Amino acid sequence: MFGLKTDWSLDVLPRYFTLEDYEGGTARWCPGCGDHGVLTAVQRICRDEQLLPEQTVCVSGIGCSSRFPHYMKTYGFHGLHGRALPVACGVKSRRPDLKIWVATGDGDCCSIGAAHWVHAIRYNMNMVVMLFDNNVYGLTKNQTSPTTRPGFKSNTHPRGAFLPPLNPTLTTLSITNVSFVAQTVDWNPVHVYATLKRAYDHPGLSFVRIMQRCPQFTPMVFEDAQRDPSLILLLEDPKGVVADEAGTKIYKNRLAHDPGDINRAREVASREDVIPIGLLYANPDNPRYEDMSSVGVDVTIEDKLAALDKELGRFAI
Amino acid sequence: MNDGQTSNSGGRAAHSPKVLREAIVEIVSDSGEGAQKAGQSFATVCAKSGNGVWTVEIIPAEIKPPARSRAGASGIRIRLGSETVTNMGDEADLVVGFNEQVLYGRIMNSAFREGTIILLESKWATDPDEQIRDMYASAVEDFHRRGLIVHELAMHEACLAYTPNPQLGKNMFVLGMLCWIYQRDVELAKKEIVSIFAKKGEKVIGSNIALLEGGMKFARENLTYCFDVPAMKAKRDLIVTNGNQAVGLGVMASGMDLVSMYPITPATSATHYLSGVFQKAGGFIHQAEDEIAAIGFAIGASYAGKTACTITSGPGLALKTEFIGLAVMAEVPLVIVDVQRGGPATGLPTKIEQGDLFAALYASPGDAPKVVMAAATIEECFHMIITARKLAEAFRTPVIVLTDANLATGQTPFPRPRPVEDWMEAPIDRSPWPEGLAPYAWDEETGLSRRPVPGQRGGQYVLTGLAHTGQSHVAYDPNANQLGCEMRSRKIAALAQTLVAPKIHGDDSGDLLVVGWGSTIGSIEEAVDRVRGAGHRVSSVHLRFLSPMEPGLTEMFGRFGRVMTVELNYSDPPQGFWGNPEYARRAQLAQHLRAQTLHDVDYFAITPGQPLTPGQIERVILAKLGEMGVVERGAAVATA
Ligand SMILES: Cc1ncc(C[n+]2csc(CCOP(=O)(O)OP(=O)(O)O)c2C)c(N)n1
Repeated sequence: MFGLKTDWSLDVLPRYFTLEDYEGGTARWCPGCGDHGVLTAVQRICRDEQLLPEQTVCVSGIGCSSRFPHYMKTYGFHGLHGRALPVACGVKSRRPDLKIWVATGDGDCCSIGAAHWVHAIRYNMNMVVMLFDNNVYGLTKNQTSPTTRPGFKSNTHPRGAFLPPLNPTLTTLSITNVSFVAQTVDWNPVHVYATLKRAYDHPGLSFVRIMQRCPQFTPMVFEDAQRDPSLILLLEDPKGVVADEAGTKIYKNRLAHDPGDINRAREVASREDVIPIGLLYANPDNPRYEDMSSVGVDVTIEDKLAALDKELGRFAI
Repeated sequence: MNDGQTSNSGGRAAHSPKVLREAIVEIVSDSGEGAQKAGQSFATVCAKSGNGVWTVEIIPAEIKPPARSRAGASGIRIRLGSETVTNMGDEADLVVGFNEQVLYGRIMNSAFREGTIILLESKWATDPDEQIRDMYASAVEDFHRRGLIVHELAMHEACLAYTPNPQLGKNMFVLGMLCWIYQRDVELAKKEIVSIFAKKGEKVIGSNIALLEGGMKFARENLTYCFDVPAMKAKRDLIVTNGNQAVGLGVMASGMDLVSMYPITPATSATHYLSGVFQKAGGFIHQAEDEIAAIGFAIGASYAGKTACTITSGPGLALKTEFIGLAVMAEVPLVIVDVQRGGPATGLPTKIEQGDLFAALYASPGDAPKVVMAAATIEECFHMIITARKLAEAFRTPVIVLTDANLATGQTPFPRPRPVEDWMEAPIDRSPWPEGLAPYAWDEETGLSRRPVPGQRGGQYVLTGLAHTGQSHVAYDPNANQLGCEMRSRKIAALAQTLVAPKIHGDDSGDLLVVGWGSTIGSIEEAVDRVRGAGHRVSSVHLRFLSPMEPGLTEMFGRFGRVMTVELNYSDPPQGFWGNPEYARRAQLAQHLRAQTLHDVDYFAITPGQPLTPGQIERVILAKLGEMGVVERGAAVATA
């Protein structure tokens, strides 16, 4: 019957999920695309945390990276360009029981969806937001994005991008009620996993910017940092991203960084000589919008009718 | 029939009241002088006395327009009658004016006639500013010339006996005057004052009651006439609300879980009303960062199995169009209320227009069939939300409900709804999803399918705005896309199969059929009644469903000599500007009906930013009959 289980008998059996239970078919990103590694990391976290696939929702906008939900076997919402965050917040607002992952590109989040980005950070609803920052518009084939570096030649700026790029990490750190900001690089799967896991564990909106290579249009943007690990600045703290040393031992350039210090976080985020990776800032105590928006979800139909009747009485003549 | 002698008014007249079937009263002031509050209270008192009532707010576009300016006219019209009142009527019978300039604002709107009584604040005659004195004097002279009956009254001065600041208290004084003039029970008015000022304490209540009683006394001593509009005999169980409150109540009665909105006139007051009470009814109001986010948030909640709606006006609807297309494409249930105002762009933010029909029907790119309904009355603003919510879920589709600025702020009594459990949302389905059932397992005949909701085990799917198969797999091939389009269209056709033909007001056949939609119903039907009273074979029909249309229209239109719509949106003259009708842009419903019925539908459609009056429509009907040669040409054409 509607609203009721049809079969109660199986419910007592424990369920164990393997990686396969989260794999929604072969990902169709280009070979060498950084998105593959992120997908694998998320699937592994789902498996390690034994997330119920039916209680997990992946929400995205439009772009190559926004194809993400299609490759998961959870519930998914592949919506409109720039609008992943309002949808994700709406899902969470009255269903705080659902676990939410958001995939968004640098165009999707920082250009067309910029207003929602600012406000979603402020709403601080418990979810992981992954910014796939490949410095370019991939899906629409090589146009300048807000994070494109000056001089980069795209189809819209063949003589080279003119403006200095937006710094999404620093921007996010400046938004009121920001509660979690981290960075990682797609070519280090160990660090990607540890960062996303730390983000998943955080109670609030966890914003993770993933430096991601587009093999088609921006294969070279992170080339220097890949070749020379000293261009990466590994942020270290017991409360930060704690990755397996085997995966991070190449990074000699390290900084002890307390993720409770927002001013230091902004300073670190402003560095242009290196790419800081790890947890820049986390505050688990910020107010979360779902604590307010989900009030009343359990009001019974009888109580609703009673409230309504009382209201109608106020207008009675 | 009441002979006027039984009035129980505290201000018993020395002169016996003149009995009227109806009266149209206006209070017009600068904004911020409380005219609307006084008028609403008067309307409630009349409704409680058993009268039919209809109010229309007179709203300037600016929050605080300059004092004593024509454009700043702010106030309210109250039409009361012995029978049910369905519209604002023609010209006013009696007007209280706080200054002479705002009355010009009403004259520009043809709100007065020869013989309209004007009770005019006289303090301006002795204003220290010479320019004001002159303006006042010449206006009074001009009003006389226009045939208005002007009574200059020192209301401000009289208020000084009760309050040091008449600007704030004069409205309740005027309420008292009106109570005496229309022989109302003062106790009802006192109750209104108690409820308005309940939060302000005894002292404020006391001084406002003193003002009320002072106003009654003042009217008794200074006026030589009073009226009685006897009440309807049968008293039913009624409530009085405006259209936005009705929408808010409808939202609760439909068991809606979430309202997601961005402030926009004239829609916001629905949320203002709800914000105080929605939580008790288990709902939440989300004020989003913009209209796009507002609808996205609602769609997210709906995707997650919660009933959601978004309330907006034209500019907001424009921003929501991409998401509406997504809701169509991915079959997400959603209710969208559009409280129409004048457009395009910022247009006439506080004023009525029926200009969003095409936007509602067609604004999304691609083929985006959806349900579009229009509330005709304030009562329908309530009931239509419940219907819309159910249709949205049953047909897995967005449903747009159109209301307008006039319904939003107008007040009228209607039968108190008796909410039942059946109106409320069903609990979220948490049963496992049937194995092997696709997320869009379209029924070939109706296009309908069952919807999986997160939490349902085995129902995992990826909702996508891309063309997709029944499995919700992205599919670009020609057959899959054609099939998806057809299934979405079939649902709307299936809904059409369940609708019944609209009722005709008047005879089933005749010379002329007037077709309307939305809030014009009262004026249209009153105009039709008048010309029918004069022996003309005219009927009207009012459409509630615009997509899909109610059935039987083609056949119905065939039974009339001519069919014409009456609408509040823009149209070119039918013969075109330079005699070429090919280029004439037609009224929206007329154009829609022509396409749907292939019938030669005429139209009368203008954009005055105010409701159509019955008199206006009556003249249009007579002119049309004249053009058809059904009545003497000369008699009709002169007035149109
Ligand atoms: C309203 C709207 N405008 C434009 C587009 C076209 N469009 C699709 S994806 C995209 C940009 C994608 O870039 P990004 O968000 O960085 O994601 P990536 O493809 O690089 O992962 C654009 C402009 C669209 N789908 N919708």
